[in-house]
Parts: sequence; C-alpha cells; structure tokens
Amino acid sequence: MPAIVEWVWLVVMLPFGGFLANGWISFFRPNDKRAVSIIGVGVLAGAFLVAVAVVLGAARETVEAAPAVFTYWSWMPVGTLQVDVAFQVDHLSSVMLLVVTGVGALIHVFSVGYMRADPGYARYFAYLNLFVFFMLVLVLGASFPVMFVGWEGVGLCSYLLIGFWFSEKANADAGKKAFIMNRIGDFGFLVAMFMIYRSIGSLSFQNVFEQAPTAFAVGGSAITWITLALFLGCAGKSAQIPLYTWLPDAMAGPTPVSALIHAATMVTAGVYLVARTNVLFAMAPISSAVVAGVGALTALFAATIAVKQWDIKKVLAYSTVSQLGYMFLGVGIGAYTAGMFHLVTHAFFKALLFLGSGSVIHVLHHAYHETHRHDDAQDMRNMGGLVRFMPWTAGVMWIATLAIAGIPGLSGFFSKDEILAATFARGGEAPFFYLLWVIGTIAALLTAFYMTRLMIYTFHGSNRTGEKECDHLHEAPWIMTGPLVVLAAGTVLAGALNLPEILPAHGWLEHWLEPVTELGTRYLPEASLAPGTEWALLGLATAVAAVGIIGAWRLLHPEALVPAREAPPETGLGKLLYRKYYVDEIYDAAVVRPLVWLSEKVLWREIDQGVIDGAGVTGVTRLARWLGHLGTWFQNGYVGRYVLWFVVAVILVVWEIRR
Amino acid sequence: MSGLLSSIGYQYWVLDALILIPVAGGAVALVGPEVSGKRTALVVTLLEFVVSLGLWWAFDPATAGMQFEVSHAWIPSWGVTYHVGVDGISLFLVLLTTLTMPLAVLGSYTYIKSYERPYYALLLVLTSGMLGVFIAQDLFVFYVFWEIMLIPMYFIIGVWGGERRLYAALKFFIYTFVGSLLMLVAILTIYLLVGQSTGRYSFEYQHLLNNIWLTGRWGIWLFGAFFLAFAIKVPMFPFHTWLPDAHVEAPTAGSVILAGILLKMGTYGFLRFALPLFPGVALSPAVSTAIVVLSVIGIIYGALVAMVQPDFKKLIAYSSVSHLGFVMLGIWALTLQSVQGAIVIMINHGISTGALFFLSGMIYERRHTRAIAAFGGIARVVPAFAAILTFVSLSSIGLPGTNGFIGEFLVLLGSFGTQPAATIVATTGIIFAAAYLLWAIQRILFNPLDQPENEKIPDLSVRELIVLAPLLACIVWIGVYPAPILRRTEASAQALVNQVRGPQRLPIVPGAPER
Repeated sequence: MPAIVEWVWLVVMLPFGGFLANGWISFFRPNDKRAVSIIGVGVLAGAFLVAVAVVLGAARETVEAAPAVFTYWSWMPVGTLQVDVAFQVDHLSSVMLLVVTGVGALIHVFSVGYMRADPGYARYFAYLNLFVFFMLVLVLGASFPVMFVGWEGVGLCSYLLIGFWFSEKANADAGKKAFIMNRIGDFGFLVAMFMIYRSIGSLSFQNVFEQAPTAFAVGGSAITWITLALFLGCAGKSAQIPLYTWLPDAMAGPTPVSALIHAATMVTAGVYLVARTNVLFAMAPISSAVVAGVGALTALFAATIAVKQWDIKKVLAYSTVSQLGYMFLGVGIGAYTAGMFHLVTHAFFKALLFLGSGSVIHVLHHAYHETHRHDDAQDMRNMGGLVRFMPWTAGVMWIATLAIAGIPGLSGFFSKDEILAATFARGGEAPFFYLLWVIGTIAALLTAFYMTRLMIYTFHGSNRTGEKECDHLHEAPWIMTGPLVVLAAGTVLAGALNLPEILPAHGWLEHWLEPVTELGTRYLPEASLAPGTEWALLGLATAVAAVGIIGAWRLLHPEALVPAREAPPETGLGKLLYRKYYVDEIYDAAVVRPLVWLSEKVLWREIDQGVIDGAGVTGVTRLARWLGHLGTWFQNGYVGRYVLWFVVAVILVVWEIRR
Repeated sequence: MSGLLSSIGYQYWVLDALILIPVAGGAVALVGPEVSGKRTALVVTLLEFVVSLGLWWAFDPATAGMQFEVSHAWIPSWGVTYHVGVDGISLFLVLLTTLTMPLAVLGSYTYIKSYERPYYALLLVLTSGMLGVFIAQDLFVFYVFWEIMLIPMYFIIGVWGGERRLYAALKFFIYTFVGSLLMLVAILTIYLLVGQSTGRYSFEYQHLLNNIWLTGRWGIWLFGAFFLAFAIKVPMFPFHTWLPDAHVEAPTAGSVILAGILLKMGTYGFLRFALPLFPGVALSPAVSTAIVVLSVIGIIYGALVAMVQPDFKKLIAYSSVSHLGFVMLGIWALTLQSVQGAIVIMINHGISTGALFFLSGMIYERRHTRAIAAFGGIARVVPAFAAILTFVSLSSIGLPGTNGFIGEFLVLLGSFGTQPAATIVATTGIIFAAAYLLWAIQRILFNPLDQPENEKIPDLSVRELIVLAPLLACIVWIGVYPAPILRRTEASAQALVNQVRGPQRLPIVPGAPER
C-alpha cells in the first residue's frame, strides 16, 4: 500500500483538532479572533492539501479497483457482529474528499470576513471545523455504522449552526426542526442496517457489496425494503419530499453555513449514499424508480415555490432542494456518475450563489445598522440596483446563475443535461422515464426563470434599500470576494470533468468512478443515445434555459417593486406559492399538534394520572383499606363477637372432622 | 496489573471488602462530628471505588461463570450461605455503583444542609445494599440485600426530599414492597419444592437453578411473582407511576442513585434470575409477546409523556421509562447482540441520566425551581452548563460517537433478528427522544433570555465540574471505544443466551438465506 494514502487519517483529524482548539478558545479566550481565524482556516487548508496528496497518491498507485481500507480499532465486536472504525479511500470517496475540503476551505475563508463582528466567533469556527470532521467521517467510513457516525454528526453540527443565534426563538426552532426531521430519516437508515445485517451478517461495505448479489434476489422484497429504508434516510438528510421542509428553515443559520452545509456538502450526503450503495439500488428496480420519481417531483415542486419567494436565501434554499431532486433523479435512473457529477458542479455554483447572497446580506445589514433601521436585509424587495455597488459579486453570481440555468459551456449545463439525457435514454424501456424527463425539463425552465428573477431583483433596476443607506453600500471585503472568484472559476471549469460523449475528451469522471459504479450498472439495461438525439437534447436544453432567462427578463418589472414594508400582501396563486403550499401548516396540524395533544391530555393526564394512578394505585389502596375494615369487623373489641366467631369456628371444625 | 493484584490475593477479599468498607464508613460518619460527615463519606466512597477498580484488570473475560467467589456459611440450619461472586453481567453494574457513589456524595455537598451525618451514613449503607444485590449468589442473601437498600432510599426521599416527599417516599416504598413480598413468597416456594424433591434444603442459587425444573407447573406463578417484583423496579409500563414522584421529590443524589443504579436491579433481576430460572415460561409465546409489547409501549409512551412534562426532573424520569424499555426489549429478544446492548444501556443510562439529574439539581440549587418554563436563553449566562447539558442530552438521545448509540444500536440490531416488528416500532423511539430532549433544552438554554432572575445565575463551580467530568469522560469513552466492555461481558452474555434458549432451540444466526 502506498505510504501517502495512509495519511488520510490526518485529513480527518486536522478539522477535529481545529474543533478542540477553537472550542477551548471559545471558553477561555473568546476575543482572540486572530488565533481562531488562523486555526479555523489553517486546519481546512491543511486538510485540503493532504487530501490532494492522498488522492493523487491513490490515483497513481492503485490502478486496480480494490479500495484501500484502513482499520484503526475494533469498535463494536459482539459475536458475529464485527464493526471496526475504518476508513475507505476509493474513487468515490476521493471525489467527495476533495469537494468537502476544497469548497470547505473557501467557505472558511469567507467566514472570516462574514463573521468578523460576531461575539460567538470562536464558537462558530469550532462548530464549522467539527462539521467538516463529521462530513469526512461520513464520506470515508468503510461501513454503514461508521458512515452513520458522520451522518448523524453532520446533523448535529447543522443543528448547532442553524440555531447559532439561539436567542431568537425562530432560529432555535429551525435547528430543532432540522434535527428531528433528519432523525425521521435516520430511523430509515437504522432499519436498513438491521435488515442488511440480518441478511448478510456484516455491515462493512466490502462484505455487503460482495455478498449482495448472492444474498438477494434481484427485485426481491428484502432488497426492496432495504433500499427503501435507506432512501428514507436520504430523503431526510437531502431534503426530499416529504421531509424537505427543514431545509428552507435552516436558512436561519449564518449564510456561510447555508453554503457549506445546506448546499455544497451535507445535504448531498443522501446522493452519495445511493451512489455508494449503487449495487443495492440497482438490484431493486422498484426502489430506484421511487428514488427517481421522488427526485423529479421534488425538483419540480421546489422550483415552483422558489418562483415566488422574496427572501433571497429562501429562493436559494428551494433551488437547492430542487437541484438535489435532479441528483436523485440521476442516481435513481442508474446514472450514478451523472448524479455525482451534478453533486460536484452544484457544490461550486450553489456555494457561490449562497456566499454571494451572503455578501449582499452582509453589506445591507451593515448599511441598516449604520442608519439604525430595522428592515429585512434578506428581502429582495429591499435590494435592487446593487450591481453598481457590488460589481464583483454581481458578476460572479451571474456566472453561477447562467451555470445553474444551463447555459452551454458552463458546468451546470453539462451535469444537468447528462441527467436528463440519461433519463430520456431509458424512455425506451418504459414511458415512466419519458415522464420523468418532461418533469425535469419543466423544472429546468423554472430554474432559469427563478434564478434570473433573483438576479434582476437583487442587482438590477433601481435601488430600494433607502436613500441614506445607499451611502453605506459597497463591495464586500476581499476576504469575502476572493473565495467567490475561485468558486466562479470552478463553476466555469468543472464541466470539463465529464463532457458528453459527442465532444472530445469526454467522460473523464465516468471513467474515474467506473470501479465503484460498475457494481450496480451490471444490473441495468444498456441505454445509449444516438449522436443525433443527443445533439437534439442539448439544443433543447439550451433553448429551455434561454426561454427561462429571457422570459424572466421580459415578464418581470423590477421598477414596479416597492420595499418590503410597503409591499401589498400576496393573493391567489402567488400567495399559495409564497406560503409554500401550506405544507408546514399541514404538518403542524396533522402531526405535531395531535401528537402533543395525545401525549399531554390522553397519555399523561388520562392514562398515567387517571387510570394507572387513579383507578389502579388508588384502587389498590382502597381495596387494602376495605380489607382492613373487614378485619376490624371481626375483631371490634366486644367479647360477645369473639365468642360468636369462636363457636362458629368450633362447629365448622367439628363438622369437618365428622364428615 | 493482574499479576500484581493476584499477588495481594485481591480475588479472595475484594467482594467482602466492597461490602464491608461502606458499612464501616457509615458507622464512622454517624458517630463522627457533624462537619466531617461528608468528608468521611467522600473518602470512604473513593476508597471503595479504588478497591473496585481492580476488578477491571483481575476479571477474566474468557470465563463465563462467576469469578471472585466467596462463600461463608451463614445460617446452616436453613441452608443459607453468604455466597457472592461477579460475572460479566454484574461486573459493570458493580463498577457503575462504585463510580456513582463518590459523585453522589460530592454532588450533595451544598444540597444537603440538615442532618448531614445520618444522610451520609445512609448513603454508605445503601452502597453496601446495592452491591450486595448485584453480587449475591444465594437467593436468601439476595433478598436481604434487596430489602436493605430499600430502607435507606425511603429515608433519603422522605427526610431530605422536596415538598411532597412523604407521599413520594411512601408510594415508592409500598410499590416496591408489594413486589418484593411476592418475590419472597416465590423464593420460599422454590426453596421448599426443590428441597422436598432433592432432599437438600438450600438457598444456593446454583442449586436451585439446577433443580428448578422440579417445580413443574408452579413455574408460571413463580415467574409471575418474580416478574412483578422486577417489573416494578425497572419500571415497566404500567408499573411506573411511582418513579416520577420519587424522582421529583428525591434530593439530587437520591435521583441519581435511583435512576443510575436502583432501576438496573429490575433488569438485572430479569437477566440473572427470572429468565434463567423460568426459560420455558419467559419465552412462551404469550408471556414473551406480552413483555415485548409492554417494553415497546414503555419506549414510546415514556418518550411521549416526557415530551409534555413541565418539570425538567419529571421529564428525565419519564425518559427513564423509555430507556429501560429498550433494555427490556433487548433482554427478551435474547440474542447475543441484544443482551450485550441491554447491558451497555444499563451502564449508559446510569451515566447519562445520572449526569442529567446532577445538572437539573445544579440549576435547581441556583433558581429553586425545576419548571422548564422558568428558564430560557440561559446559554449566554452559563455557557459551561449549557455546553455540558447539551452534550449529555445528545448522549441520552443516542448520538453516534457517544455511549447512548452503542447500547441502542446493539439492542435494536440484535432484537431485529428475533422480534423484527417490535424492533421497528421501538426504533421510532429515537425520533421521539430527539423531540423531547431537544425541545426541553431549547426552552431552558436557548430562546430569548426574558426572565430577569436568570440574568445573574453563576456558572458551574469547580466542584460541580469535578462531579460531572468522570461521567462526561465515560460518555465519550464508551461511545468511541466500547470494545473492552463488550469483551468483558461477551462470555457471560453468550452463556446466558445459550442456557435460556436451551439446546433444543437453534441460536439465531445471521446470514440465513432469503425467504
């Protein structure tokens, strides 16, 4: 085994060390922000460099498919159950390794500027470092339980960071909601593990994937239930229908957190899990269809909501839910590489969009702070015309917008098109796939529309922030725009990772991931497109993007907008979309309230205090008292009654003897 | 280390010493000056802990049977032998007890302000009683210890408790006493029946266990009596209503001991006595189904009722009902993983719930209220308290990387093999656990700091941090590296599973072909 790959433990432990150091500082020297910045960013930069070396080493040395597994200690050895703390470096985890540390490092740098004035600076970086640690455990874990450590660990950090400004009830609520909805998904993950162990007797990836083809029948009920349970976990973590409602609320956290956790890395863990367990999903066609169907529906559903949001981060949040839907569509139809490809490109352009919106919010917040006004710094109705003040931010965000909308040449175009083309290619098998393709294409149209809307309302037209505030609007500092420029470069170039087959130098990522994806693709039908069809699809995708962008440009009139505080309430369909189809209200009325009512009024008051303590315990004491009274009646102190009982007893005894 | 221990004959005197040290210490505390009561108790419990620590190294993980056995004739005419020993099932309950007691003493330093000498003397007597329950190998001795520890606890709640202490103490006493009297009848019946058949009248557990089949059709009634005694102690739904009252009224150390150790006597009793003595009854479909269903009800019911408690201590009390439900499920699922998981949860619950009770006591001492609604936003005022409460809560809801996960995961994974439907329902408990604890800590630590009384609360003192530190260390240690514990419990757990399942029943082997 090559020496350099063995250093992978260092990639994981550097952020953990950062967490410990920053955690210590947050208690004992909370104002030492310089040390926090150096440690917080330094460990991520270090982790990224080591990760690059590890991946290069792995690529150079391990030509064969076998993943490098490093076992550190025995975690849960119980009879036939042997779970080790072990990491696995292979082609799939190495892609995630680079995305997590690379994008993570940039977002840490951005945070130095964004969080500069926050009193919880050290605590923030401690949490952020801890998040990267758990994310790396999730990615590198060589077995389901080790992955689950990272899986729930990132959920914890998400909880802590969403509720970072915990003195506002709304923020604390949002954090709690995220954790609990994720736990609903984790229930599925756990049950899947139990079923896998029962069938295979092991939980390590290597054993499970090796034995799955013999242990399960393709399309059998066992493998179907296992993968459906796993997908429940994915739906929780990656915010898919019906568990997506926590992600928009998660925007309560600091914006860099939204970029790192709720766009680029954590929420993609579900996609990673499906790609990782591709052999299981490929053996369960029904589950795969469910994954693809839910993904496509989520992509469309969330996109419609994004069209009518005013909060700039909410638009991006629903956009993320929608894009995650695309990724699931990809891995659901068996295009594992396409799903992972979109995961990578999305990490660049969505992190860029979030950080850009962070710059805008930061600057607006600052301006309102200077003029002592309490307006919403995230409402797009309070923005407008910012391109004059923040040209760099506007420029890089336009690049990301065009990428996500699907303008040819940019990364998002290639990755999204690959998913849609692969869906179309399977249409010959069943019309279901054509339907998915149509849904995905409509969602792409909406994507181009709502993103252009966001850009127009934020950066173009006249400014609605306020006259006095205009003096305080300016470009964000370089420590914040710098990472944006790097991400913009990634947004432009990442498409080259996996060009379509009709172009030269195509399919590099496809080839790289082949050792992992071939486990599953063996079970899938060959589906390929004729070059002519592929060109036609590319052309159609381009047209859709263009229609969306131009349509938004023509239909929307930023001049007609008024600042949020003067805006009239929404009506009709607009209100339905603005209120997100009232799904939160429905969940609250259908699940949360009845459960609390049941627990308090029925279980506690009626059963616990009423039946058990009242009728039961008190009943028993009454019975005891009554027996006592009965006893006193026999011996009430009068000699006459004692004599009576004596005589009765003697008669009974004599009669018994004589019988 | 084990060589050093055997050179001082550790294995011959350790169990006697563990029983005698606290009793002797209690006498010293009682007759000594008032001011030195707590210091005496602290020194004695620390000494006890150090002595017990040798068990870790001296214990042979490969042996399934009893170790460190000591046997003295006690009442030969009745066949009573003072026979004690430790195996993999009891080892960590002994260590948990000896670890908890010094912390309970130190945690009482400022809480207990009246009658200090008898208080600490009772704590020490209680220590001996609890250890005796875990090591007794003679049913008579077991019963004596079982009752001995009831009395100090009654007084601790009744004298040093809160406002409704008398009601709670009486409820606790009567509830448990009803169960234990039935158990006494059962013990005597077994003793007589086995004595009649074999001609040897003895309370020796091994003797009774070997010949228990002679009781024949009496099994169901005898099991029922043991079941009631242990089920009340656990407590299983619907025998749990003494617990919230006892917990809320008990002083902090009382709650810690009650939750951390006393409840484990119920589950320990099932593992040690009820299951091995009556495997046929316990695993009969009707009984087994009933107990598994009650366990699962306990898990969900305890969590839901915990969620709506306005009193933080009561919330923790109901959460115990939920946690112990997992233990019962693991015991009755009866696979190696589920039984080992049950043992781990028994340890974990002592650590995590113990820490939660300490924390609730610490905040009570500052604000003289346990109402959740009286707090809010105090994380800004008491950051260390907030960090530790959050961390302990996460361990209680079973976050991977903490101890809570190991136990729940093993129980559920193991139980799925024999009780799949119940396991799936039980697994939803992890969702409700997150709901009740995160909601509670949100209302205590987070949200706006809107009550002026909370603005000046002092953060944890060094003494309080010392009380909590060992528990926090255990949370991380068991979460990250539980293998040493699992290895020490494996042989005994495996032997138990084999014995109860019997030769005619095939062990549950994973990897069976798909149906």
